[in-house]
Amino acid sequence: METKSVMIVGVGGQGSLLASKLLGAVLTAQGVDVKVSEVHGMSQRGGSVVTYVRFGDKVYSPIVTEGEADYVVSFEKLEAARWASYLKTGGEIIVNTQEIDPMSVIIGSAEYPSDILEELKAKGVKIDEVDAYDVAVKAGSGKAANVVLLSRLAKKLDIPYDNWIRAIENTVAEKFVELNKKAFKLGYDL
Amino acid sequence: MKTLMIGNEAVSRGLYEGGIGLVSSYPGTPSTEITEFLSKYDDIHSEWAPNEKVAMEVAFGASLSGIRSACAMKHVGLNVAADPLFTLSYTGVNAGMVVCVADDPAIHSSQNEQDSRHYAIASKIPMLEPSDSRESLEFAKAAFELSEKFDTPVLLRMCTRVSHSQSLVETGERIPCPQKPYDKNPSKYVMMPSNAIKRHVFVEERTKKLIEFAETCPFNRVEKGGDEIGIITSGTAYQYVKEVFGDSVSVLKIGMPNPLPKKLILDFANNVKKLYVFEELDPVIETHCRNLGLKPVGKEIFSMLGEYSQSTLRKAFSIPEPPTVKADTVAPMRPPMLCSGCPHRGIYYVLAKNKVTVLGDIGCYTLGAQPPLFAVDTTLCMGASVSGIHGFLKADKEKSGKTVAVIGDSTFIHSGITGLINIAYNDSNSTVIILDNSITGMTGHQQNPTTGYNIKGDPATKVDLEALCRSVGIKRVRVVDPYDLDYCDKVIKEELAANEPSVIISRRPCVLLKYVKTAPPLTVDRDKCRSCKKCMGLGCPSISMKNGKAKIDKSLCVGCEVCMKLCPFAAIGKENN
Repeated sequence: METKSVMIVGVGGQGSLLASKLLGAVLTAQGVDVKVSEVHGMSQRGGSVVTYVRFGDKVYSPIVTEGEADYVVSFEKLEAARWASYLKTGGEIIVNTQEIDPMSVIIGSAEYPSDILEELKAKGVKIDEVDAYDVAVKAGSGKAANVVLLSRLAKKLDIPYDNWIRAIENTVAEKFVELNKKAFKLGYDL
Repeated sequence: MKTLMIGNEAVSRGLYEGGIGLVSSYPGTPSTEITEFLSKYDDIHSEWAPNEKVAMEVAFGASLSGIRSACAMKHVGLNVAADPLFTLSYTGVNAGMVVCVADDPAIHSSQNEQDSRHYAIASKIPMLEPSDSRESLEFAKAAFELSEKFDTPVLLRMCTRVSHSQSLVETGERIPCPQKPYDKNPSKYVMMPSNAIKRHVFVEERTKKLIEFAETCPFNRVEKGGDEIGIITSGTAYQYVKEVFGDSVSVLKIGMPNPLPKKLILDFANNVKKLYVFEELDPVIETHCRNLGLKPVGKEIFSMLGEYSQSTLRKAFSIPEPPTVKADTVAPMRPPMLCSGCPHRGIYYVLAKNKVTVLGDIGCYTLGAQPPLFAVDTTLCMGASVSGIHGFLKADKEKSGKTVAVIGDSTFIHSGITGLINIAYNDSNSTVIILDNSITGMTGHQQNPTTGYNIKGDPATKVDLEALCRSVGIKRVRVVDPYDLDYCDKVIKEELAANEPSVIISRRPCVLLKYVKTAPPLTVDRDKCRSCKKCMGLGCPSISMKNGKAKIDKSLCVGCEVCMKLCPFAAIGKENN
């Protein structure tokens, strides 16, 4: 199996860590070689965060460079634009339509760009838009938006549904398992 | 069964399997998790030390006493521990001792991009460098054997990309390591000149033996791939070589960057037509090759800056890069910032308002240098704010009414206290603000001697900061709540005006701590808001201007009320008002 590359991008504090953890667990159980790379440090402080996940028969580099990602899962709209160049030809962006203003926008020295997704679509980029927060609220809590986004990725990967559910059961704290399973199903069935 | 682990967890597992009995460290990105994972094992002693020098000396004490030990630190932490390191090279060890050091190429969360391999060369201590989690476990485990075999501490060099990348490892059993006897041996352990002179002879002999070992050791290996191109590489850079070239080039993978082999490298070089050295940061292996008379291609085409990737190689070898689609819209940058409700914000706002020169330090509060606060003037290293302000004011007494040093609680214990003693002893009219958020924040919430808890979260002896400052001779010690802007303003003005040194302790726990109860979000009354943007001056991520009026993001606001106190028109209030 040729190496596949996924990027999970977002803003510090959005819970992308759990999404990459679940993805890593599912892939490990598949018996393929996996590498997951993320930069901690300032990640809780509202900065851009990016996680690379690569899997296949044999994975060497833990990072993804421009034009290499099969999927970019963006937890925030602006981040989709920031990382779009990492997508390979024919790749797909899964994007949460939530907007989080960067400090430059907050203090008025820059504007939050409008029509980002339309611009990317016009360039032929495949985009799967989801209001993950809204779906997660329906499942019981906005905090499960990360699992909603993961479910959209799951739908595109050739891995049985039950494997994802098993990973949630094994990874998530017990009192949040039902919430996350529900959020995963709602997102998967969209 | 194979398990996915970050490199740091794999190091901790390797040290554990290798029979470690004690670890002492100071947190520092990207090294922190090594010690955090080790603290989960109940059959070893783990601790956060006040700084890296203390940590290394504790690890030495344990080794001397006869149990295998380790300390872990970031690259700049090794600067702090350099003093024991250089002489530990002479004394050697009793039980095995491993010094883990994590470099940060690309400066993800540091103040510089130094290459720790220079320390290995300068201190004449062997260094191992893994390239993924599997090797992190193996090398950490093997480091203890190496340490005891050659009677030396062993450096284990990590980097951000290995420390924080997960890959698959297979765990093994813990080696039983009974405590070795401690025998008094002054000629080995008392480094006064007559003994140190003899130990230096030992060190040089040891290096010769280590070079012999390096020629055939399992850490350095050749992967044959034809005689056209040969690439010598190490660490994470190896992965990029394999990613781009697979088995189509010959590779000499260096897992022990100090001391480097001679014959192995010469043989490898003689069997390829073109020789490259691909190593992140400084040309350490390349310089060694040149000293051997080789002429490899290295830093003339590969940068000394930042991290490498597969793309670095493709560009250098003119291999086409994959096509990309770029958005025309430029996404505004999203640098890290002080969190909503961060206790540092209030103090910085007051300092900025009073146009005070702020000598800063290392921690989350370095972020106060960013817009719109622009409050911090300097950031050098741990403790430099407190030492620096003394010199700054000695050079010009006139500046004393408008200059402060700011330093966090953990950083103050790490190396601020010595600077404060100097302020008292050599008498400068300095004002030091200790930003006490009751945790080591930036590295992800580690306990420290001011929090009252140890690494396992159990109650521990707590440093009384007020008493500590008074005991070194500071008579004026004040405590403020950084959410109380008016009182902070009053106290800062009074202490700046005072004609003697003073300490202000700005005390409020980090808002991200689990035990900190946050309040419901605040809201803006659009009718009352006059768009004066005073609240915007706080740089709070929860507040923005929407359609000409201030707006508070409910999902981010923690109800700290700092903006509410600042609003001249009482437009900000609690939700139900």
